[in-house]
Amino acid sequence: MHIVVCIKQVPEIERVKVDSGTGKVIVPEDSSMINPFDEYAIEEALRIKEKHGGTVTVLTMGPASAAEALRSALALGADEAVHLMDPAFDGSDAAATATLLAAGIGKLDKVSLVLFGRNAVDTDASSVPGYVAGRLNWPQVLFVRKFVELSADKSKVERMTEDGYDTCEIPLPGVVSVVKEINEPRLPSLKGKMRAKKAPIATFSAAALGVDTAKVGPNSPTTIVRSQPPPTRKKGEILEGEPDDVAAKLFDKLRADQII
Amino acid sequence: MNFELTEDQLAVQEVAREFAEKKLKPRAEEFDTEARFDMDLLREMGELGFLGIIIPEEYGGGGMDAVSYMIAAEELTRGCASHAAAVGLSNSLYGYPLLTYGTEEQKKKYLPGVCAGEKVGAFALTEPGAGSDAAGLSTTFKKTDNGYILNGTKIFITMGAVADNVIVFATSKKGSGPRGISAFLVDKDAPGYEIGTIEKKMGLKASPTTELIFSDCVIPQENLLGKEGHGFRIAMSTLDGGRISCGAMGVGLAQEAFNIAVKYSKEREQFGKPIAALQAIQFHLAEMSIMIENARNLVYKAAWKKDQGQDYSLEAAQAKLYASEISTKVTHKAIQVLGGYGYIREYQVERMYRDARVTELFEGTSEIQKLVIARYLLK
Ligand SMILES: Cc1cc2nc3c(=O)[nH]c(=O)nc-3n(C[C@H](O)[C@H](O)[C@H](O)COP(=O)(O)OP(=O)(O)OC[C@H]3O[C@@H](n4cnc5c(N)ncnc54)[C@H](O)[C@@H]3O)c2cc1C
Repeated sequence: MHIVVCIKQVPEIERVKVDSGTGKVIVPEDSSMINPFDEYAIEEALRIKEKHGGTVTVLTMGPASAAEALRSALALGADEAVHLMDPAFDGSDAAATATLLAAGIGKLDKVSLVLFGRNAVDTDASSVPGYVAGRLNWPQVLFVRKFVELSADKSKVERMTEDGYDTCEIPLPGVVSVVKEINEPRLPSLKGKMRAKKAPIATFSAAALGVDTAKVGPNSPTTIVRSQPPPTRKKGEILEGEPDDVAAKLFDKLRADQII
Repeated sequence: MNFELTEDQLAVQEVAREFAEKKLKPRAEEFDTEARFDMDLLREMGELGFLGIIIPEEYGGGGMDAVSYMIAAEELTRGCASHAAAVGLSNSLYGYPLLTYGTEEQKKKYLPGVCAGEKVGAFALTEPGAGSDAAGLSTTFKKTDNGYILNGTKIFITMGAVADNVIVFATSKKGSGPRGISAFLVDKDAPGYEIGTIEKKMGLKASPTTELIFSDCVIPQENLLGKEGHGFRIAMSTLDGGRISCGAMGVGLAQEAFNIAVKYSKEREQFGKPIAALQAIQFHLAEMSIMIENARNLVYKAAWKKDQGQDYSLEAAQAKLYASEISTKVTHKAIQVLGGYGYIREYQVERMYRDARVTELFEGTSEIQKLVIARYLLK
């Protein structure tokens, strides 16, 4: 079984600042890492491979520095790494990114399953997996917490919902995004790290992928009108006293604010 | 001359640091309080490749150099000294002698399991009556038709309580000195093998320090390690390598306590300013930093000489002596910098102080290191 895990290099979110004057997002140079949710997707792919055999390919679209994220995934045990990289890709939105990833997946041999993390911690949109499934015309299940069954041509999964989970069965090839409840990601081993340092990474430019650059990168459908730092949260209030008094005070406040 | 780590060595540091940060450090206090060694972590350390860093790949190890091993030992100790001690044990005290003196069958049989963290190997030299005087053993072996019979008691054996196979040193006749000693690979299910008391200790609490008792313990012929009468030589050459990793442990504890002290001194305010602004605190930090730097350099140099195939016994003893003594000093100073908080468990440095103390004792006390050093100097 050939499993592709799409990963994204993201900045360490706590260290990212937005200049409130210019609205420019300031990302410290040394702060990149694999999107934490993608680590669960990598782990799940490795577990599937360990159980059923096959290969795991990690795929990313991003600037040259994103190769680091691929190497981190190789260190964890992924077999192959593919990097979609072209100046024309810079600034791609979710729809354009999905176009590129789907084109990348199209270049790979007999893919059965494409895994994603539930969302990227920088843009927080959870939209790329669905777009990719659409581009490939494959079925998708998002927010999966467990693979119940898996065979060459179908899979049964549990999808998290707000009040529990659904069991879904999809034919393969298909697209699945996973939540962090699915597993506990491993750490890189010494051997994995050494291998990853020397492993080749296949790169694809726009020409090699055969994508129309008029629809990606700066030509993406989304335009950013303005960036601003999130509003600072108002300080909370702690009510003190005996439970009965506190409950009464809370009730008055909620009523005053017309919440109840 | 070049003081930079290689790319591979930096990678080892990164992997070990990440494991220590995520898996050891958050639970070190709990392991210490409960005096509990976590066998799942041992397996994980095996999977990640720490337990056989210097063991060749064909026996399940990483086949890396001694400097890389020291880097990993330092980083892991920063997370939890008790669990890092298991890495020193499997590489230096068990893996090295087996690799160097074992037969092909012995290596194939015992090394892969220990490197993977599925099996535990231990090293049993010390006895109630034979500590520094390691040649004065009372544990005896008798030759039989198809093997040996062991009788005696070993104490203070690291991981003895959970060991699957132990390298045991015994003498053909009490009082016969170094030449009478042989080494044996003793399986835990050998008839006459018994686990005795697990010691309650000042520090390194999560590492089980155990008494092992041999009562007419039956050892098959193929479990003799090296040649008969070569046991003392095996023990001494093993300890040379082990001493460097004891040094690395000392450095790790000192470095971690130092980092905590630096951070704390910038945050803690007294007399209206951070205590880091006080010269008294600055002097402590300056002195600590030099001791750590010196110790690490001694450790790296001894390991580097080993990697070059040069004699490194002198440097190993120097590194072990200095790094262990400064480890106690630096962790002691760290407590001082933190004041009363340094004495409180939650702040971690008191554990490091207790853990550091043993590095001045095991694998040869400081006094014994000085004897070894002087022997080389006066040769
Ligand atoms: C936590 C822990 C783990 C250990 N793990 C192991 C293990 O896995 N395997 C193992 O075999 N052993 C192990 N040991 C034992 C350790 O190596 C010995 O405790 C150590 O070698 C000292 O021996 P001793 O305790 O008998 O002290 P002694 O030899 O009785 O020493 C007492 C004092 O006398 C001094 N002294 C002794 N002889 C001389 C001399 N000739 N000149 C000057 N001073 C001298 C010593 O330096 C010391 O200060 C461990 C010990 C501890 C505490």
